[in-house]
Amino acid sequence: MTTSTLADRTIGGTDGGSRPTRRRRPTGTIAAQSVLYAILVVLAVVYIFPFLVQVATSFKTDADAAANPVSLIPGTWSAAAYERLFAGSDFPVWFANSALVTVFVTLGRVFFDSLAGYALARLQFRGRNVVFAALVAVMSVPLVVLLIPKFLVINQLGMYDSYAGMILPLLVDAAGVFIMKNFFESIPTSVEEQARIDGAGTFRVFWSVVLPMARPALITIIILSFQGSWNELSHFIVATQSPELTTLTKGVASLASGQLSQGTQYPLKLAAAAIMTIPVAVMFFIFQRRIMNASEGAVKE
Amino acid sequence: MTSSTPAPGTGARVRRERTRATGLRRGDAAAGWLFTAPVIVILGVFLAVPVLMALWVSFSDWGGRGSPFSGDVDFVGFDNYTAILAGGGLAERDFGIALRNNAWYVLLVVPLQTALSLFLAVLVNRAILRGRGFFRTAFYFPSVTSSVAITVLWLFLFSATGVVNKVLAAVGIAGPNWFNDPTGVVHNLLGVIGITSGPTALTDADLLGVSLWDWLAGPSVAMSAFVLMAVFTTSGTFMLLFLAALQNLGGDVTEAAMMDGANGWQRFWRVTLPRLKPTLFTVLTLGLIGCWQVFDQIYTGTQGGPSKTTLTPAYLSYTAAFNSQDWGQGAAIAFILFLIIVAFTLIQRWILRDRPVSKRRAAAYLPKATKTTDGMTR
Repeated sequence: MTTSTLADRTIGGTDGGSRPTRRRRPTGTIAAQSVLYAILVVLAVVYIFPFLVQVATSFKTDADAAANPVSLIPGTWSAAAYERLFAGSDFPVWFANSALVTVFVTLGRVFFDSLAGYALARLQFRGRNVVFAALVAVMSVPLVVLLIPKFLVINQLGMYDSYAGMILPLLVDAAGVFIMKNFFESIPTSVEEQARIDGAGTFRVFWSVVLPMARPALITIIILSFQGSWNELSHFIVATQSPELTTLTKGVASLASGQLSQGTQYPLKLAAAAIMTIPVAVMFFIFQRRIMNASEGAVKE
Repeated sequence: MTSSTPAPGTGARVRRERTRATGLRRGDAAAGWLFTAPVIVILGVFLAVPVLMALWVSFSDWGGRGSPFSGDVDFVGFDNYTAILAGGGLAERDFGIALRNNAWYVLLVVPLQTALSLFLAVLVNRAILRGRGFFRTAFYFPSVTSSVAITVLWLFLFSATGVVNKVLAAVGIAGPNWFNDPTGVVHNLLGVIGITSGPTALTDADLLGVSLWDWLAGPSVAMSAFVLMAVFTTSGTFMLLFLAALQNLGGDVTEAAMMDGANGWQRFWRVTLPRLKPTLFTVLTLGLIGCWQVFDQIYTGTQGGPSKTTLTPAYLSYTAAFNSQDWGQGAAIAFILFLIIVAFTLIQRWILRDRPVSKRRAAAYLPKATKTTDGMTR
C-alpha cells in the first residue's frame, strides 16, 4: 500500500517537474540551445582529452611521445611501456598489494561501519550519544594532520612495515558509520520489531533482516571504501618502507619522481597511471547511477 | 524509550510500555557496545591516541629514535612552535613560504572550483535529458581517479614541450616551462607593466621570514599548474552536489520570478543562488578543508620545488619529521595547520550565517517601490 502511494507521488512529481520545461522549450530558442550545447561539448572535450592523450601516449615510443605529445594516434604502436611494467619492474607486486589492501579495507568497512551504524541508529544504550559525538569530532580532524601521529602509533604497536599496519588503521571510517546510521534511521522499524518478537537475537536481526534491506547504503560504502583505499597514498607512505609492501599509489609516485627511470619515459609513467585508473574506472561505470544518486542523497539532508 | 521520566499518561500504559521496551531491548546495552566496539577501538587507537601522542611530541625534543615516552625525551615547552613562528631561522622561513604558497592556492582554487562546478551544474541542468548523462559522466570522471595518476598525467601535459604548450603555441602563445618555473604569477603580471621590484616598504618588512613583497608574489607558475589540476579534479564532485540541489529546487519560484519580469541573470542571482546557499556552504567548506591539505600532488610531482614554491604546510610537516628528523617541529606544523583549517571553517560559517535580511538585499528590494519601475511593472 505504501509503495503504491509512493509510486503515485513520484509519477506526479516527475510530471509536475517536466511540465515547465516542456512549456519553456519553445521560448528558449534553438540558437540558445545550440550555444549551450556548444559550450558543453567544448568543456567535455577539455575534460576527456587528457585521458585520451594518456592512453595514446602509453602506446607510443619515448621519442614519439616527446615529439608529438598531442596526437591521439601513435606514430608507431608500441607496447614496450606495458611490457617493461609487467616484466621488468615491481609493478605486479604494487598492483597485488593495492588489490589486497582494497579488498580487506572494503570488506572491513562494509561490516564494521554497518554494525556500528545500526547500533547508533537503533540500539538504546547508555553512552550512545557520547559515541556519536566522538565520531563527529573524529570526522572533523583533517587527515593530513594525522600523518606523523599515525606513524608514531603504528611504530609503537610494532606494526610498522607490515600488512597489519597498512590495513588495520583504514579498516573503519567515521564517515561510513555516519552514512549507515542515517540510512538505518530512514527505514521503518516494523520489520525488525517483528523479527525480535519472533525471538531473533540482536545480531541475527541485524544480519538477516536489516542488512539485506540496506543494500543501497552498502553499495555507497563499497564505492567510497574501494575508491578511498585504492587511491590512498599518504597512509602507506608513513606505514611502510619495504619494496614488497609498496602499493600502486606509492610505486607510481616513485616512478613519477624519476627514482626508477632515466630520462622522462612518459609512456611508461602514463601506462602505469592508466592501469591504476582502470579498477576505479570500472567501478565507476558499473555503479555510475548509484554514485550520482548517492551524492544526491547526501545533499538532501 | 527507556528514559526515566515517565510520560504523562495512565500508569498502566506507562508500565506496559516499559515492559514491552525492556522485553525487546534487554540485550541492547551489551549489543550496542559490542557492535560499536570495533569502530571505537580502531578510531581510538589510530586517530584519538595518535593525536594526543603527536601533541606531546610537538612539545618535546624527540628525535625519532625509540619511544617518544622514554626517559631521555624532554619536555621543551613551546620551543618547536616558536622555532616555526618566530625562530628567525630556516624553519620559520620555510613555514612562511609554505603558508604563502598554500594561501594563494586556496585563494585561487576555492573560488574557481566553486564557480566552475556551479557553472557546469547549471549547464548540465539546462541540457535536455538525453545529453545530460553523458556530460555529467565526462565532468565527474576526473574526480574518481587517484591524485597520483592525475599528477603523473599533469606532469606530462604541462611539461616544457607538452600538450598544453603545444596547444598554446598553436594560438601563438609561448607557454612557460610550467613545473620548473618558480616565478610568481602576480610578480610576472607586474613585470609586464614594468614593475620588477617592490617598494622598500614591502621588501623591508617581513612576516614569518618572508618579505611582504614575496608574500604578494602570487602562486608560482608551477603552483598554478597544481591550481588548474585541483579545479579539474574537484569540479565534477561539486557539480554533482549543485546539480542535485538544482533538481530539488523545482521550477515554481523561478517561474514566479519570471512572471515578475526578472531576466535570466536576475533569476539566477536573486532567486536560484540564495536557495542554493546550503549547498554552497557545503562546497566551500569541503573546498577549504581540502585545499589546506595539499600533499599527494606535491609528494608525487614536485617535492616542493622549484625553489620551494610548491611547498605546502602539509608536505613541510612530513619532510620536517621524516626527512629532517625534526619530529617536534613536524608535529607542531601539523597542529598549526589544524588550527588554520578550524579557523577558516569558523570564519566562513560566520560569513555565510543566516541573517534575518541582509542590509544589502533589503536595499536591493526597497528602492523598487520608490524608484522608476524598470521593467518590473506590477
